[in-house]
Amino acid sequence: MLHIHCPYCEEYREEEEFNVVGEAHIVRPKAPEELSDEQWASYLFFRKNPRGLHHEMWVHSHGCRKFFNMTRHTVTYQIMETYKMGLKPSISAEDTK
Amino acid sequence: MKQINRIDNGGRINRQKTLVFTFNNKTYQGFEGDTLASALLANGVDVVGRSFKYSRPRGIVTADAQEPNAIFQVGSTQATTIPNPRATQTELYKNLECHSTNGWPNVDFDLMGAVGKVGGAAMPPGFYYKTFMFPQSMWMSYEKIIRKGAGLGCSPQLPDPDSYDKLHHHCDVMVVGAGPAGLSAALSAARAGARVIIADEQNELGGSLLCTRQLLDGQTAQVWIDKTISELAQNKNVILLPRSTVFGYFDHNYIGINERRSDHVGELDHNGTRQRLHKVRAKQVILATGAHERPLVYGNNDVPGCMLASAISTYINRYAVVPGKTLALMTTNDYAYKAALDWHDAGRKVALIVDTRASSDGDMVKKALQRGINIVFGHAIIDVKGSKRVKSVEVAKLNDTADKVVGATVSYVCDTVASSGGWSPVIHLSSHTGSRPVWRDDVQGFVPGKTVQAQHACGGLQGVYNLSDVLKDGFSCGAIAAKEAGKVHGNDFDDHLNISPAVDEFSESAPMALFHIPHFKPTSRAPKQFVDYQNDVTAAGIEMANREGFESIEHVKRYTALGFGTDQGKLGNINGMAITAKSLGKTIPETGTTIFRPMYTPVTFGALAGSDVKQLFDPARFTAMHSWHLVNGAEFEDVGQWKRPWYFPHPGETMQQTLRRECLATRNSVGILDASTLGKIDIQGKDAREFLNRIYTNPWSQLAVGKCRYGVMCKEDGMVFDDGVTSCINESRFLMTTTTGGAPGVLAWLELWHQTEWPEMEVYFSTVTDHWATMTISGPNSRKVLEKITSADVSNEAFPYMGWIPAQVAGVKARIFRISFTGELSFEINVQANYGLHTWEAVIAAGKEFNITPYGTETMHVLRAEKGFIIIGQDTDGSVTPQDLDMNWVVGKKKEFSYLGKRSWTRIDNQRNDRKQLVGLKPKDPNFVLPEGAQIVFEKDQAIPMTMVGHVTSSYFSACLGYSFALAVIKGGIERKGQSVFLPLADGTTVEAEICSSVFYDPKGARQNV
Repeated sequence: MLHIHCPYCEEYREEEEFNVVGEAHIVRPKAPEELSDEQWASYLFFRKNPRGLHHEMWVHSHGCRKFFNMTRHTVTYQIMETYKMGLKPSISAEDTK
Repeated sequence: MKQINRIDNGGRINRQKTLVFTFNNKTYQGFEGDTLASALLANGVDVVGRSFKYSRPRGIVTADAQEPNAIFQVGSTQATTIPNPRATQTELYKNLECHSTNGWPNVDFDLMGAVGKVGGAAMPPGFYYKTFMFPQSMWMSYEKIIRKGAGLGCSPQLPDPDSYDKLHHHCDVMVVGAGPAGLSAALSAARAGARVIIADEQNELGGSLLCTRQLLDGQTAQVWIDKTISELAQNKNVILLPRSTVFGYFDHNYIGINERRSDHVGELDHNGTRQRLHKVRAKQVILATGAHERPLVYGNNDVPGCMLASAISTYINRYAVVPGKTLALMTTNDYAYKAALDWHDAGRKVALIVDTRASSDGDMVKKALQRGINIVFGHAIIDVKGSKRVKSVEVAKLNDTADKVVGATVSYVCDTVASSGGWSPVIHLSSHTGSRPVWRDDVQGFVPGKTVQAQHACGGLQGVYNLSDVLKDGFSCGAIAAKEAGKVHGNDFDDHLNISPAVDEFSESAPMALFHIPHFKPTSRAPKQFVDYQNDVTAAGIEMANREGFESIEHVKRYTALGFGTDQGKLGNINGMAITAKSLGKTIPETGTTIFRPMYTPVTFGALAGSDVKQLFDPARFTAMHSWHLVNGAEFEDVGQWKRPWYFPHPGETMQQTLRRECLATRNSVGILDASTLGKIDIQGKDAREFLNRIYTNPWSQLAVGKCRYGVMCKEDGMVFDDGVTSCINESRFLMTTTTGGAPGVLAWLELWHQTEWPEMEVYFSTVTDHWATMTISGPNSRKVLEKITSADVSNEAFPYMGWIPAQVAGVKARIFRISFTGELSFEINVQANYGLHTWEAVIAAGKEFNITPYGTETMHVLRAEKGFIIIGQDTDGSVTPQDLDMNWVVGKKKEFSYLGKRSWTRIDNQRNDRKQLVGLKPKDPNFVLPEGAQIVFEKDQAIPMTMVGHVTSSYFSACLGYSFALAVIKGGIERKGQSVFLPLADGTTVEAEICSSVFYDPKGARQNV
């Protein structure tokens, strides 16, 4: 059971209050009609599955109902940081490869 | 009944309080403070069960959680019986009843014993897989017979009468284990000001100190324990939890504890909570779980009377029980000499000590010599004689490397064999969080490895066994943990308070790394040398598995069932790994380790469920009119958490008769449905309309105030996931309705897009499902009913289809929506929920002259299906586009924004013309109702497996139409209208049906528009 710091509530709360949404920082293309099927499929279906640091989106569904991002280690389950929607992570999965 | 093995003095038992109990229907006596195991040993009970595969008689081996044999069915009623607790960890209570879990029909002579004896040699590892797996269909029958013969306890057959609860804690320092390490750690952490919880699985705190004769500061260990507990108990920051097993260590320092509050009092004579689950989030965790002694693996080492050396000391010192008359001790280390000293000092005979080492001059050895005990060095007990109790041992000389027997064997008479192969740190909890244990040659065991948890380990768990070192380790560990938890005064080692007590020390010679005692015959022909008692895994079996190519320890485990018993390999795993390592010519760490997983020992379901049972298991939601539905005989259906009326049977009616009555009444006069459970989301803000444009597939730009529109939502992959009617309340306010089950998901979906992609849009969402009570009156007479209770003009001219008006209904402020899910003239009346029942009753009264008929979800389903209206999740399954539903009319073609799902419809896969499409089906036999889920094929006469082209999604008999009908998804179905398809059914028959339009009733929609 994870112990998660909600960046909006500014408190640690139990995992039971949260839901994971999926990979973070996936931006919806501005002009979907201009994309090839392949490009659209890559936005729709393709997700990272790293062994190590992963940026993922969570929602405080039984709390403030805000979506936020988390950098989490997929092996140790350590949470490096949580940060508000629209912000960039200060620890990047790319940096630590 | 005399307790023949009970000695007159000592022990932590209350001799004033005799407890009568029964084991296998025989009556015995023990004392308060006994465990079931110590009481049985006191009474001289040798055989407590039979082994799983060979059905050999088995006795008590340990005094702790490792016990593989004394696994009982405890309890006197079918409601309170507990399968498989370890007698060594079961406190004795008055009138306790227990039985062996294995050995059918009884432990002294049983059927499987004969099988085991005859077939023993023919039952190699993998025997069950090899013999009983084929034919696979028979496995269930074999298993039943094997289970009955071998047995592993029975579940209670009646509901649990006990109550359970849960507590959540946050603390600075969580100490697991209250032996010398844990107690001293708790003491120094608490002195530093930390909030401390200390838990121990035993009934008393103290751990190994409870059965030691070593003195602390010149006094018995009990004096130190009492002083320590008293100081901790007086500190309001400390919670002491005896009888509390830490069963799991989870991520982010989350600890699960099962506290047994009344099990020791008895199963029936107690009040209050039986067990309590503590969930602890700790800043720092100190593991002080100690070590388990390892038995040695030697011939016939499972004969009752063969025990762990430390268990013998525990029974003598803690329970005043000497479990035999004459002892032979085999050891690889000095520490185990304690068992022989305790035995001798209790006044019974020690036949000899067999030390596998060439020599030792430690203090314990000297003490044994002083007592005149015969010690033979460089020897081993290679075989045990006896069947239901040890009669003698065979002792032989070992070569220098202790892998061969040299010289002849000498026989010694004894009835008890103690063995010790050293100690294994109890690393179970530390490996729960994924940390790999590390082998240490100097410890001859695995210790906790690297971890990301804020975790500390001290004492025996770290391979620190010397009592004064253990105490020092504990004090320093507690101080460090307190400091890391932010208690600044924590790291004060010089604090005069934290000087650990002086202990009379023993010098010890080095132990020998020995696990498997050789025999003069090869292992495969030697007497059985058991490694895992519960599953009858022998050294020969492990070597055979290695020879057959199973080299990874994980494969060896699965092939031989090593560690698969209820003790989860606590007793035998290290020995099994050592034997594997030796036979493969590897070291133990090269062979690997096994990762222990929660639970450390089994936890009752009751404790895990706590009070979340029966009506508290899952919340139920009721509408404002629920009491009326109850009075009027509704049968209910669960829709999500909602209790919705399913149908309203009159006395004596079958369900079909009720549905017929409800359907006809609605089509011909008027029916009423409680629709309060439909999700309702209030959407406000200046960008609300544009937001709807992006979320829904159809356009919302033109929807005027006072108008309603049906909309479909798709996920980005283009698949339909919810539908409903949304109404324009004013220019910046809309009321969205969703499916009953989809409401929370839709709200989260709206929030997701608003918060993550379009935060610049000014729009807000609130769930108002529970705020409104909704009743739908439907049928040609619905307007007449409504007119009786409202002054508003509800004529078709003033209030046309797909609009809404604010109005007073039955004296209550209401919103009336003219929308229809039945295809009839319908009005959906919404009032504030607390006026729901009043309004409903007013509508019923007004409708009486029209025979207004309440109907439930089933009639609603029939009526909507007759109109071809879909139900999301029944007619769709997440792989269906609006085009597949033949609902192109709901797809906006000119919307500026590329709304959710749109781009995906042009993907090649979504353009296939053989996609499954929603159509109607008319069975050839008009009275036959197709089963929902039935598969559809185009050609009747095909070889199996047939090519399946779709399935039935909804199917009913229509009272209004007079025939059965169905909705189905069929490959390319829209182009196949008029063609026949076939449905091969589960009973072997095949029925024919014709593809038709999905709209069966009033295809022009005239009836809802009047």
